[in-house]
Amino acid sequence: MCPPELRRARIEAQRLSDLARLRRVRDRTDREYAQPLNVEALARGVNMSAGHLSRQFRAAYGESPYAYLMTRRIERAAALLRRGDLSVTEVCFAVGCASLGTFTTRFTELVGMPPGAFRRRAAQAGTDPAEAAVPAGAADPTGAADPAGTAEPGIKVEGMPACVAKQVTRPVRNRVARV
Amino acid sequence: MKLTIHTSVLPHDDPDASLAFYRDVLGFEVRSDVGQGRMRWVTVGPPGQPDTSLLLAPPAADPGITEDERRTIAEMMAKGTYGWILLATPDLDEVFEKVQAGDTEVVQEPTEQPYGVRDCAFRDPAGNLVRIQELR
Repeated sequence: MCPPELRRARIEAQRLSDLARLRRVRDRTDREYAQPLNVEALARGVNMSAGHLSRQFRAAYGESPYAYLMTRRIERAAALLRRGDLSVTEVCFAVGCASLGTFTTRFTELVGMPPGAFRRRAAQAGTDPAEAAVPAGAADPTGAADPAGTAEPGIKVEGMPACVAKQVTRPVRNRVARV
Repeated sequence: MKLTIHTSVLPHDDPDASLAFYRDVLGFEVRSDVGQGRMRWVTVGPPGQPDTSLLLAPPAADPGITEDERRTIAEMMAKGTYGWILLATPDLDEVFEKVQAGDTEVVQEPTEQPYGVRDCAFRDPAGNLVRIQELR
């Protein structure tokens, strides 16, 4: 028998090490999103079953590892489409999506318009990098769907470190664009 | 009025591991090291820049922090959502190679970002995100 305070400390230590494992999964998703990654592969990497990983990850981060991976891919896809030198299909594969259908559906869900429309719109808007850093919706007087996929009104990113601007304007699964 | 940013603070959960990382991997110098056990305050900083320091401190050392808050902070550190810092270097690839050679957890390889910067990111031993941006 071990004293209760020791048991509590052990449980807490276990919880922290479980959370650190989830952090490694999330970091790996950020690092390798462009590879043919899926939840099974992510789970294998930390010796967990896919179901267990999905439940634990969602409890810790508020969305499933699959949703996190796809959000990461769509975020990068929006950046590549804004550049304008790649086709929608090329971008789909470049960000690690194997299915154009799934890519298009997810993109539309998160950004509020299909990738083709987004690309055309970005081309019309020009490619001023300063403009690209600002959520385009904020600068859009028509208030139409936000081509940057950052449907967070009123966020000013000027003067923020770029990586913070990216974080606050990142599309979040829980705040899906309304279509 | 003349102000400098003198010290920024990042939490550690293993002072020896954090000290080794900032000293041996990032090449920072150790400017002071006080306390003992987990209650250690280690000040490090880049050589040649004595005006700017990074303090590696025990999290939640303020006695006004409750047990619940302490636990939350520890969990956020483990999840990787608590502390972070932005550093800069003229030679991102050199730094990245050096960091990657150790057993550091890489979060992002050097990447050209759409908003006009090139950066990489990794974790320090306490789970803090260390993002490094290229100066150009």
